[in-house]
Amino acid sequence: MRRFSMGGQWPLVLLLAVASVTRIYAQSPKDAAFLSVLGELREASYSDKASIAERLSQTGHSSVRVVLTALLEDRLYYRNSDQKVFVVKTADADPLALIDPLSLKAAGSAPADGMTKIGTNNSLRHTLKMTVAHFSLGSADAAVRLDAVHEMSLSLDEETVALLRKRLAVETNSGVRKEISIALALSTLDGSDSRARLQAVATLSDSVSQDVRNRLALLLDKSPDGTFVESDAKVRQAAAAAVESIDRWRTFYSDIQTLFFGLSLGSVLVLIAIGLAITFGVMGVINMAHGELMMLGAYTTYVVQTAMPEHIGISILVAIPAAFAVSGLMGVLMERTIIRYLYGRPLETLLATFGVSLLLQQLVRSIFTALNRSVITPDWMSGELKLNDALSITYNRLYIVIFTLIVFSAIVAVFKRTRLGLDIRAVSQNRAMAKAMGIRTEWVDAMTFGLGAGIAGVAGVALSQLTNVGPDLGQSYIIDSFMVVVFGGVGNLWGSLIGGMSMGVTNKLLEPWIGAVLAKIFVLVALILFIQVRPRGLFPPRGRAAEDK
Amino acid sequence: MKRRAMFTTASLLAAGVVFSGVAAAQATIKIGVLHSLSGTMAISETTLKDTVLMMIDAQNKKGGVLGKKLEAVVVDPASNWPLFAEKASQLLEKDKVSVVFGCWTSVSRKSVLPVFEKDNGLLFYPVQYEGEESSKNVIYTGAAPNQQAIPAVDYLMKEVGVKRWVLEGTDYVYPRTTNKILEAYLLAKGVKPADISINYTPFGNSDWQTRVAAIKKFGSAGKKTAVVSTINGDANVPFYKELGNQKISAEDIPVVAFSVGEEELSGLDAKPLVGQLAAWNYFESINTPANKAFIDQWHTFIKNPKRTTNDPMEATYIGFNLWVKAVTKAGTTDPAKVIDTLPGIETPNLTGGTAKVLPNHHITKPVYIGEVKADGQFNVVWKSAGEVAGDAWSDYLPGSKNIEADWVTLKCGNYNTVTKVCSGQNFK
Amino acid sequence: METLWSPTKTGDRGGKWFLSVLALIAVAAPILNQAVPASSPAHLSAYGITLIGKYLCYGMLALAVDLIWGYCGILSLGHTAFFSLGGYAIGMYLMRQIGTRGVYGDPVLPDFMVFLNWKSLPWFWNGFNHFPFALLMMVVAPGLLALVFGWFAFRSRVTGVYFSIITQALTYALMLAFFRNDMGFGGNNGFTDFKDILGFDLHSDLTRVVLLITTVATLAATYLACRTIVESRAGRVLHAIRDAESRTRFLGYPVESFKVYVFVFSAVIAGIAGALYVPQIGIINPGEFAPINSIEVVIWVAVGGRGTLYGAIAGAVVVNYAKTYLTGAFPEVWLYAVGALFVLVTLFLPRGIIGLVQTRTKR
Repeated sequence: MRRFSMGGQWPLVLLLAVASVTRIYAQSPKDAAFLSVLGELREASYSDKASIAERLSQTGHSSVRVVLTALLEDRLYYRNSDQKVFVVKTADADPLALIDPLSLKAAGSAPADGMTKIGTNNSLRHTLKMTVAHFSLGSADAAVRLDAVHEMSLSLDEETVALLRKRLAVETNSGVRKEISIALALSTLDGSDSRARLQAVATLSDSVSQDVRNRLALLLDKSPDGTFVESDAKVRQAAAAAVESIDRWRTFYSDIQTLFFGLSLGSVLVLIAIGLAITFGVMGVINMAHGELMMLGAYTTYVVQTAMPEHIGISILVAIPAAFAVSGLMGVLMERTIIRYLYGRPLETLLATFGVSLLLQQLVRSIFTALNRSVITPDWMSGELKLNDALSITYNRLYIVIFTLIVFSAIVAVFKRTRLGLDIRAVSQNRAMAKAMGIRTEWVDAMTFGLGAGIAGVAGVALSQLTNVGPDLGQSYIIDSFMVVVFGGVGNLWGSLIGGMSMGVTNKLLEPWIGAVLAKIFVLVALILFIQVRPRGLFPPRGRAAEDK
Repeated sequence: MKRRAMFTTASLLAAGVVFSGVAAAQATIKIGVLHSLSGTMAISETTLKDTVLMMIDAQNKKGGVLGKKLEAVVVDPASNWPLFAEKASQLLEKDKVSVVFGCWTSVSRKSVLPVFEKDNGLLFYPVQYEGEESSKNVIYTGAAPNQQAIPAVDYLMKEVGVKRWVLEGTDYVYPRTTNKILEAYLLAKGVKPADISINYTPFGNSDWQTRVAAIKKFGSAGKKTAVVSTINGDANVPFYKELGNQKISAEDIPVVAFSVGEEELSGLDAKPLVGQLAAWNYFESINTPANKAFIDQWHTFIKNPKRTTNDPMEATYIGFNLWVKAVTKAGTTDPAKVIDTLPGIETPNLTGGTAKVLPNHHITKPVYIGEVKADGQFNVVWKSAGEVAGDAWSDYLPGSKNIEADWVTLKCGNYNTVTKVCSGQNFK
Repeated sequence: METLWSPTKTGDRGGKWFLSVLALIAVAAPILNQAVPASSPAHLSAYGITLIGKYLCYGMLALAVDLIWGYCGILSLGHTAFFSLGGYAIGMYLMRQIGTRGVYGDPVLPDFMVFLNWKSLPWFWNGFNHFPFALLMMVVAPGLLALVFGWFAFRSRVTGVYFSIITQALTYALMLAFFRNDMGFGGNNGFTDFKDILGFDLHSDLTRVVLLITTVATLAATYLACRTIVESRAGRVLHAIRDAESRTRFLGYPVESFKVYVFVFSAVIAGIAGALYVPQIGIINPGEFAPINSIEVVIWVAVGGRGTLYGAIAGAVVVNYAKTYLTGAFPEVWLYAVGALFVLVTLFLPRGIIGLVQTRTKR
């Protein structure tokens, strides 16, 4: 790579700096120095930018933190017309909302093509994070302070330790206090006072952080000359105990995490199976197009997001009813045009719906091309819920577990509490009798199938957050969804819930031991064997209707 | 009546055969396009089909080749590997095409290989692959492992200071072979076996929670860790989403991928990926006049100014131009003569260098490493000094270090320098 | 319960027709390929020979499915598992025949084992250098799997869609297993680049013609065997099981034994079909196990006409010919045509193409 040298540009930069000084009359010398250094960022190479950022932070200007954070988050731009640097509110918006880097007040807006982003790369971001951390200690947000302390604890020098000490004296948040004391204890381990070291080990033994564990484990190592790194046997003993305790806790938390992974995989399985549990389980239609109905839901999410680019956060919530409507209507259409001629011939519904699935796949390929569509994960669904240093739960998985439970409860409520649910149950149990009682069985059939299809669409919204949105989305889930329904017992919603969850958990419990492929094979074989023992699934349908299914 | 019905059906079928056979006039040069337009690979391969059509279109506007117009024969092998072989023999035996541009996955190439060798056809294969092959009838315009994987690992080792390695791949031949080569390479560079973790997941793996948690754990041992990803297309989106959700950023544990390019990124939200690395021989963001012209040509052809270009497209572009030059030089489209003419033919690539066909039927390519930017493009952070010559047989695998490919002097794709025997295709 | 037509009602004119067509292929294909010069429009290229061979192998697979579905009501959505196992058995023999002609020139190990750094042949590869052993395995592997699977499933009275779905689980599990490189079956790439069979060059036209004639003969033989079964007394019991399983059981017939017997027989036919398919197509890989393929086979049977044996074969040929033609002629939109075909056949031709022909004949 050719590195761009700044050497020859100095006079120009000075000129610009002078120009800006003269324009903004009330500028202090501190402001001027800050602006001139800031201006250098425009054209510098990545490695130069790191040193420029360092010099910026040395100016001690009150805007340093905001500006550097903006640089870190790709929100630092300069205006092409007058080369002036601005912070912007959100990156990649159009127009960009500008913020003056000195006063930190809004400074109007500018079209995106008139502004140029000041880019960063990995190593620069790494340096920036450290620099920003020093400033973030004073932030009003405890979470920002916590991150800052954590960042600082990774490379502790005297200056950092002094900063942390100062902060500890005024810090009120207990979480941050704890993190600071851990960082300070880590730095004490390098000290010469063995009693202080012992004390530090005691402090650290409460942590469950992997970094702390690694640091403590280093105390047990031997130097190349055969002596222990840690000279004091007592400290070594304490460190050994602490390492063991941390390991034990970490194993415990990682087991909990595995269980959560299983539940979240299970809830995805349940979600993709509920719709099928209705169309297949209740109506007896082997709906091979179930996967494609999910795919339609996922594409609906994409369309909704494209339609409201300014409100990505709520677009997902809008997409849920939209996907229900799109897939539901497609389901009603399928039922009215094809499936109603095939009742009582389940195997022929398989053939027809397989044909429909090919048609739908090619349809989206024609409309949206074969390329995957990009569905954005809203901010509130990304990231993780950090319970402690050893256990975090990702938000999107957490929401999907909750979402599955909501959808499931809603369906159960529809079946148990509404007139439609009563009709559906009546028709599925005894069609002729239901008809005799005045139920419009044709209408119920269409509604039932529409309901199942709509739920498939809703599942598609969730899948759009987890995987590729492309024409093949349905195919990759269809087999799993049939397995879940059959495992749970055809026609039993609770069976699908328990079946899906137990398949997910089994899979995830096995995966660390035997790998993803063998775990999946194992689950399939277990399913085959299970069906031998319970030929009608976990919760077999009872009564006369069972024989006909 | 029955007889008549059967007869009608039969004549309908026969009519289909005849019509498809007569459709093409003789005054054109036929070019076969063997890319999946449906099934799982359609997502990647459809673009290459369009690229070939665009190149043919442009060439025809320039007057075609040898005074004849070019005509594309497009078929759909539908991501079905046996169908690839069948369609290949249809192109070669029925349509009698002069050259075929096609295939993406290794298995599709392996499937058509015997057909091309039997009918002595010519295939341009435009995708990076695992090497360990050199056929008389194939020109490999994608990267061999030494043109992509090894430079990427070198970069991470030297420039980023990575000490611990996770080799994460989909369980098929490309990741297996690449990881074998990389493992041997890393061990040779003094990396301890305990600092290498190799893992394989099934195709289309969509649940990465366990694997990402394991990577996080492996990476928390206090040494700089990187992931070398040979994860196959479909599984990438859920993989990167999981990385983003578990807060593994590129600054902590960078992931360098060999099959994630502009087109894959256009199908996902790139923001959580910012800073992740990819190694390719071409990036859309590389600013050269040739590249700009190519991108403009593509946007005009596909009628969508937002479509991206990518590395396999450049490889298709290079392959097409190499073929045109070779045909012009040979004065014939006869595949056997064109194959003999091809080694030594040069054509400019899109990034300012030159692609030259080597005697082993691979080409010279520059290597670039890019960091993902939020807009789904790459920021080039490293570039090889000049072009790297593609190596068909890896020097790091015990099975192939003594094997050499040379179709000019040795006339053999797998000549064993120790036993002095040519096995495989030209076996006598 | 479904009420189905009786397959033998129209006599066996269809069967005779079918056998005549087979005989015609067996005579005409070699002549058109070998005797007619390549320049003549009537010449049948090796591509054509392979294509016909492929259709007939698929036809044999459809025959296997029709035997159990059309006559005994067992819907297997995993029959390509048996087909693929047969294919792998013969594929292993073909791999061993490559010998030192592999790219690495290893006399014993296939190429994929060399680059996986394997030092010796896994135990289950022993014996496959002998053709008769491979033939034996082509029957034993699918047969044994069907026996074990069928015996457990039928004894536990797993029926209807439950049975269909677990057959799908079976083939899905096998697919995942064969995808694993550590299994020793070449992973995703499977087996390819075959050189010769019994010393005959697989790429020569003559070998291909002989393979085609073998396929035709085998298809005729299996068809006759199936017809014999369905027309025998045992065949009547199969009908009875299909139409009223419980009643048949109450009448004292060992329903499970009949089902296991016909299921194993059907699996063996599928295995033989796979074994004939692989040397002609030139590749076998785990994609063949894909559950979607098994569903397609069922669709061939339905399109052709369920419960007619030759109808199933006709269905396989028609659908696959349509696919070959459409993927070449309309690569962008052929899925619409195939999808619509499936929907329309189900709705308007519940008895398939053969049903249509029969109705017209009777009129």
